Amino acid sequence: MDSCPSIKNVLLLDSDGKRVAVKYYTDDWPTHAAKLAFEKSVFTKTLKTNARTEAEIAMLDGYIVVYKFIQDLHFFVTGGDDENELIIATVLQGFFDAVGILLRNNVDKRSALENLDLILLCLDEIVDGGIILETEASIIASKVAVNSLDGATSLSEQTISQALATAREHLARSLLK
Amino acid sequence: MYGERQDSSLPLRLRGLSHLHKTPHSIDRSPVVLSSHFPSLPSSSIPSDLATPTWLSPLSKRKDDDHDEEEEYSPFHGIEKGAVLQEARVFHDPQLDARKCSQVITKLLYLLNQGETFTKVEATGVFFAVTKLFQSKDTVLRRMVYLMIKELSPSADEVIIVTSSLMKDMNSKTDMYRANAIRVLCRITDSTLLAQIERYLKQAIVDKNPVVSSAALVSAVHLLQTNPEIVKRWSNEVQEAVQSRAALVQFHALALLHQIRQNDRLAVTKLVTSLTKGSVRSPLAQCLLIRYTSQVIRESNANLQGERPFFDYLESCLRHKAEMVVFEAARAITELSGVTSRELTPAITVLQLFLSSSKPVLRFAAIRTLNKVANTHPLAVTNCNIDMESLISDQNRSIATLAITTLLKTGNESSVDRLMKQITNFMSDIADEFKIVVVEAIRSLCLKFPLKYRSLMNFLSNILREEGGFDYKKAIVDSIVILIRDIPEAKEIGLFHLCEFIEDCEFTYLSTQILHFLGNEGPKTSDPSRYIRYIYNRVILENATVRACAVSTLAKFGAMVDSLKPRIFVLLRRCLFDSDDEVRDRATLYLNTLGSDPATETDQEVKEFLFGPLDVPLINFETSLRNYVASDVPFDIFSVPKEIKSQPLAEKKAPGKKPTGLTTAPSAPTSVVDGYEKLLSSIPEFSGFGKLFKSSAPVELTEAETEYSVNAVKHIFDSHVIFQYNCTNTIAEQLLEMVTVFVDPSEAEEFSEVATKPLRSLPYASPGQTFVAFEKPEGVPATGKFSNLLKFVVKEVDPATGEAEEEGVEDEYQLEDLEIAAADYMLKVGVSNFKNAWDGMDPDNERIDEYGLGVKESLAETVKAVIDIVGMQPCEGTDVVPNNSRSHTCLLSGIFVGNVKVLVRVSFGIDGSKQVAMKLAVRSEDPEISEKIHEIVAEG
Repeated sequence: MDSCPSIKNVLLLDSDGKRVAVKYYTDDWPTHAAKLAFEKSVFTKTLKTNARTEAEIAMLDGYIVVYKFIQDLHFFVTGGDDENELIIATVLQGFFDAVGILLRNNVDKRSALENLDLILLCLDEIVDGGIILETEASIIASKVAVNSLDGATSLSEQTISQALATAREHLARSLLK
Repeated sequence: MYGERQDSSLPLRLRGLSHLHKTPHSIDRSPVVLSSHFPSLPSSSIPSDLATPTWLSPLSKRKDDDHDEEEEYSPFHGIEKGAVLQEARVFHDPQLDARKCSQVITKLLYLLNQGETFTKVEATGVFFAVTKLFQSKDTVLRRMVYLMIKELSPSADEVIIVTSSLMKDMNSKTDMYRANAIRVLCRITDSTLLAQIERYLKQAIVDKNPVVSSAALVSAVHLLQTNPEIVKRWSNEVQEAVQSRAALVQFHALALLHQIRQNDRLAVTKLVTSLTKGSVRSPLAQCLLIRYTSQVIRESNANLQGERPFFDYLESCLRHKAEMVVFEAARAITELSGVTSRELTPAITVLQLFLSSSKPVLRFAAIRTLNKVANTHPLAVTNCNIDMESLISDQNRSIATLAITTLLKTGNESSVDRLMKQITNFMSDIADEFKIVVVEAIRSLCLKFPLKYRSLMNFLSNILREEGGFDYKKAIVDSIVILIRDIPEAKEIGLFHLCEFIEDCEFTYLSTQILHFLGNEGPKTSDPSRYIRYIYNRVILENATVRACAVSTLAKFGAMVDSLKPRIFVLLRRCLFDSDDEVRDRATLYLNTLGSDPATETDQEVKEFLFGPLDVPLINFETSLRNYVASDVPFDIFSVPKEIKSQPLAEKKAPGKKPTGLTTAPSAPTSVVDGYEKLLSSIPEFSGFGKLFKSSAPVELTEAETEYSVNAVKHIFDSHVIFQYNCTNTIAEQLLEMVTVFVDPSEAEEFSEVATKPLRSLPYASPGQTFVAFEKPEGVPATGKFSNLLKFVVKEVDPATGEAEEEGVEDEYQLEDLEIAAADYMLKVGVSNFKNAWDGMDPDNERIDEYGLGVKESLAETVKAVIDIVGMQPCEGTDVVPNNSRSHTCLLSGIFVGNVKVLVRVSFGIDGSKQVAMKLAVRSEDPEISEKIHEIVAEG
């Protein structure tokens, strides 16, 4: 057994099995075609299951895939055959919840694509080259979000940029009324 | 250009804002205000956009609606690489628009993520443009720049451009900059650069900010692969980080520390000893520690007396509050080598609790582990049987299938019937791929409890009648065939089920295979006439292929059973009026070969014709037939070459798989041998060696994925041994010629080389064989070790044209040694009723002796070792040793070289100090062979 738990890939697909954002950490799927084939197989084999309340799990082609769906988004985390299933599930939960926080519980394909930069940063903060970097959703989200504000600010502080941002948002809303 | 893009981005912007409008509350409440960023992409390519009311114009709104109906909305709709690369020009603007820039980067990343690739020139262009963005102070943009650089993975000369910027960020006051700059820099760095930044990395490892510390540690784990000597210098800092209060830092530090020290057993033991005393907080780190602990336990197997070291620690982890840790510990315990049932109990108990969890992941993890435990310790798992039975109806079919197969392993003879009833209900609502797994589990159960064949055979025939795809039906038919083969009592009932099945079988392939099998087995049953009706029904009702096959089957009955012959003749004559050529031709042929007079006995030649194997390789046969079709020369089967040109790849894998019923059915366990026999008999040099006694499974003589892959099959004859080397050339640019193996038998004195058969040419990826034959004293199970050297002439091949150069170079390649052991002279052949067979042997030929085997780890391992030494077939499942038993009797059967049947009854006993004693009783048809078995055991 590889002694350090490792993640093979993290996939975020839409309800047609198309990519929203994916990240592969190993060479198990060397070509683009191999990756797409894996995604297709994972997508179709899990499509009929109900993974909306609890994360579900399946063995596919010798990999363990833990997955969870919300709206039109399908979240997958893949680990090796020998991996502790609960560790993979923890990574999935971290990713899933962090996206929830970042998209303010409005998790669907549209807002995921509109905020693709946040999703990509989120993936970057969860796993680094297969090694789990962080699994706690609130920490992941804050790492992504703090960055998107001013690097030095803490969450509680209302900074000038935040205030400005809020103001701009109010303006936008009043214009739409 | 921007004018163009703007148009399409208008509705997007609108969408984003209207979306804001719908959920104002959630925005107000949200602790993380992202609004400056939200909606990140679509919003304002020009900052003043928000103030400009143009985008509220009715025109664009309508367009938005249209969009909705037309197709699915995406901010990246219609995105194109060329256009985005053009957009990337904004990176060069003297006045950087940070937001615009990060949008463009997102688009670039989107393209990459969708599988788009950049050419070298494009990537370099983007990379240089991106490096300009370090001027900007915008943090969002900086993060996107980091991401982009990692995605582009720049070349060494490009890295220099960003090094100074990244090193500046590495020393920034902003933690986020430090952490990310470290990760990027370590990703793209080389060893010279690493030496420059080493000082900073060492500092970062002990940084008070956990994010920075983790970033440095994880990067170090990656760097250890390429620059181990540098990373090893950081041990002190890493050790300090292991004590960190931050959970993830501890995890990363521990992983790194272990990897640094993994080759130093003592250091790992010390690490485990100090940490298991309890300073690890993070669940992930705890999981790591459990893995390291079991590794230490594995390696310290030498001192087995008394308590297992660190077992207490593993057991205490079963009470950890994190499920992840509990499971890791439970799994580690079940995987301990030679685990006792006392050690297993607490682990099984927590796994049992997980079985009734509401989380599918937990149930899956638990049942999968129990499934593995059931292979070696079926009794330990029986406690969970009730919980597992309720999992049969689990929503998650993977869990349900694992539960079934586990139950089939743990079940005892008495529970089989109840279990079968439950499975029957389950079978109707699972997918075929799971059904196949279940069928295979039932097959092995039946082989384990041969007495239960009746109910298991019934089950198989029931599911055979239900709906199902080809693969599933084939799995069932294969299973029935295997059971018929291995359990003689099941033969008649099994054949009968197969007959029933072909009455209503939609798969021509299965029908023909069953008819063929029926033709071979049916005539040998007590009442062959009862099958005739089923077979003749095929002639009336089926398509031409099946009809033709049924005619052959009828002929076989006619040939074997003289009393049926007149009736078969009547049926065959009717077939002469069939509408299909092939059916009529076959009928005519058989009527003639069986003889015009129905009353006479069929002679041996005819039987040989009907039942004998085709003695030419099918591939060659096919080529010859193709040539025949194109030419005018009459076809002659003797003109077909018997030498196999290249062995199909599949055969190499075959021995690893279970025998698959039908294909191997007629001559059952020897079919692989059959293939070899044909191959060897086609080589004139080996024709005088007599009958092939045994062919071993292929032994790999090279590591996986080397230039040339070679495995060897040992063919044993009465007074000869042939090594068959299966060679594969994995280099496309090479053609090997005159391939031979130079064998040095200096450690095998009784053998002398008599012949070699070189392989003329070995092209890329097309396996071929070369042979070396040895003479040895007749009937003597001579053993020895052979060293092998592959010799060949190598020629360069132009990959474009596939043509080889004229001139070749002689070369050689060292292979691993090949050994001939006593077990190579023993055929594994089981008997269905050991007691009957034992009693049937002359007690005068029995030889009994006792052996003290000294201290052994466990009974199970000793039993396995003895079985391996003699190479015999364990009977009645006696190769499995129940947990913790202090004595065990194992029944073995086999055929020794010279076709001597051998039965062995071996009893083991183990005492408190793990001293193992063995009593070996051998019966065989020849008392000398009985002696010989003792000699083999004594030497082994």
